[in-house]
Amino acid sequence: MKFLRMTLTAAFRALRRNKMRSALTILGIVIGVGAVIATVGLGQGAAAAVQDQIRSLGTNLLIVVPGTQRRGGAHSGWGGASTLSVLDARAIERESAGVRAVSYVRRGSAQVLYGNQNWRTTVQATTPSYLYVSDSEVSQGEFFDDRDMKIGARVVVLGETLVSQLFEAGEDPIGAVLRIKDTSFRVIGVLESKGGSSFGDDRDDLVLMPFTTAERRVLGTTAPGAVQNIMASGHTGEDAHGVALEIEDILRQRHDLRPDQESDFTVHTQDQFSSAMQNVTKILASVLLGIASISLLVGGIGIMNILLVSVTERTREIGIRMAVGAKGRHILVQFLVEAMILSVIGGLIGIILGLAGTQAIAHFVEIPFVFSPGTILFAVLFSGSVGIFFGFYPARKASNLDPIASLRYE
Amino acid sequence: MTEVIETRGLKKDFARGDVRVHALNGISVSIAPGEFVAIVGKSGSGKSTFMNILGCLDRPSEGSYFLDGQDVAGLSADERAELRSHKIGFVFQAFNLIPRTSALENVELPLIYNGISRAEQTRRARESLDKLGLGERVDHHPSELSGGEQQRVAIARALVNRPKLLLADEPTGNLDSRTSLEIMSILEQLNRGEGLTVILVTHEDDIAAFADRVLTFSDGEVVSDESGARAGKRVRADGPDQETRP
Repeated sequence: MKFLRMTLTAAFRALRRNKMRSALTILGIVIGVGAVIATVGLGQGAAAAVQDQIRSLGTNLLIVVPGTQRRGGAHSGWGGASTLSVLDARAIERESAGVRAVSYVRRGSAQVLYGNQNWRTTVQATTPSYLYVSDSEVSQGEFFDDRDMKIGARVVVLGETLVSQLFEAGEDPIGAVLRIKDTSFRVIGVLESKGGSSFGDDRDDLVLMPFTTAERRVLGTTAPGAVQNIMASGHTGEDAHGVALEIEDILRQRHDLRPDQESDFTVHTQDQFSSAMQNVTKILASVLLGIASISLLVGGIGIMNILLVSVTERTREIGIRMAVGAKGRHILVQFLVEAMILSVIGGLIGIILGLAGTQAIAHFVEIPFVFSPGTILFAVLFSGSVGIFFGFYPARKASNLDPIASLRYE
Repeated sequence: MTEVIETRGLKKDFARGDVRVHALNGISVSIAPGEFVAIVGKSGSGKSTFMNILGCLDRPSEGSYFLDGQDVAGLSADERAELRSHKIGFVFQAFNLIPRTSALENVELPLIYNGISRAEQTRRARESLDKLGLGERVDHHPSELSGGEQQRVAIARALVNRPKLLLADEPTGNLDSRTSLEIMSILEQLNRGEGLTVILVTHEDDIAAFADRVLTFSDGEVVSDESGARAGKRVRADGPDQETRP
């Protein structure tokens, strides 16, 4: 104990004798540790941001997409005639316990006319439950209801892009009458903007109308009741994968599929989607962490370099210490302690600067600031081990010096 | 009474390329407590090698060496460090103080490795410096001290662990003659006044004259061992160099 304190004192004295050199060595570690802390923090922040964005697609959303149909050995490919129907959606709503609400959509495209303006957009035929299932909001007016659906009311809800294309700035779109496929529709609401998706398409460029109305007036009835997607919203906290299996069972039964037949549809859960996105951010974060770790490594090599210089420079001092009774391990510990002091001081400053930097950057690029004690522990341990690892060789070299030769060293 | 030093047939070989050089060729010497011994000889005579072995910095190739009754020839490096820490004080030609470190910290150094409490270290170091008249200089760094003062700090350091044996290797080699005499009278005082065993390596006769006994080395052997007043008188008859005195 006493010896440890003496060693600490001796190490501090030695480091103080070369203030500038010690400071620069510490700086190397500061940069390394700071970079590690910042990249890990930003990586976690980015992951959280991606998670948030995925969540904005809808809570616990499951999407059923039609699969390929196999007729006589030939796959029809994705987007072949839809295998899903309104009845499938109703069956899911009726039979699946894990599902809270179901909606379905069929899309087509059409020219929308208003006054002397026109715009080609996506017509999305859906149900009143769409609003809830897709986690959307109406920013003006209202969404169509069950009555509109029942009577096939000629009402539409517009996406923001369409509003800005058809109407003058400041003009109230609610109550305006549009023409689509020679039919007049009354605008009853505007959807709150969802912004572009992470894949670059505009999610506000659409017009929504009751499914029944669309079938009759716009999209045609060549395949009555056919839908492109069924969307189901699971109960919160429900295992999405379990719900997906449940839906699969219901639909296979409805489609009269034998156990050996492939499903003619696929149930996507948001988990799959988010895990794909998370993988991307994880890879990115790992790459950054790798680069940051290299700078920490370089900092460690800085420590080793300085200690090697120091050992050579202080050869005579080492000889003197040995002559007055220092054992090899005393010398070894002294140099190791010097290395650790450098790396730990550097580590602490690095943590502080790294956290400050993370917070500043997180604020600047508008991602959440994630504070993780694990990372800090890792950085402290890592910088400590950098000190020991890179300090060991020079320390060992010092402790193996021959006292007689060292005393004569010029 | 146990001899402080007792060597029997001490040999030391060095490999220089393919040739083995015999630095010491069977030295048998006894030194009693309280003796003041000078070791003289030309460079290469083996006196420094002998001194390193006596100081437990080096080990003999052959023969035995008893320090204060303990056989030390076969000891490990750590055990020898332990002995240096408790029984031996060194004074070197080049002072060998740690630069940019105060006189006090330099004197405390041997105690760091000696398991003595921090307060006691400082107390003893101050006491040792006071004894050598450096009480006012404790906070000075070596570069702020004269050669004589540096050597006195070194002596204070050598004495701080209360050694059985003081080994001085050319302690006046880097000093002018006036300061040399000052340092020698300190060593003389330590020997006569406190009964400290002092062994001195020198190649200057007037310095050797301070000792009671002079061992002359040549080609790794002791060629003469002159004791008592006879040794002193013989050398002192030549007298210290008066002209170089200020």
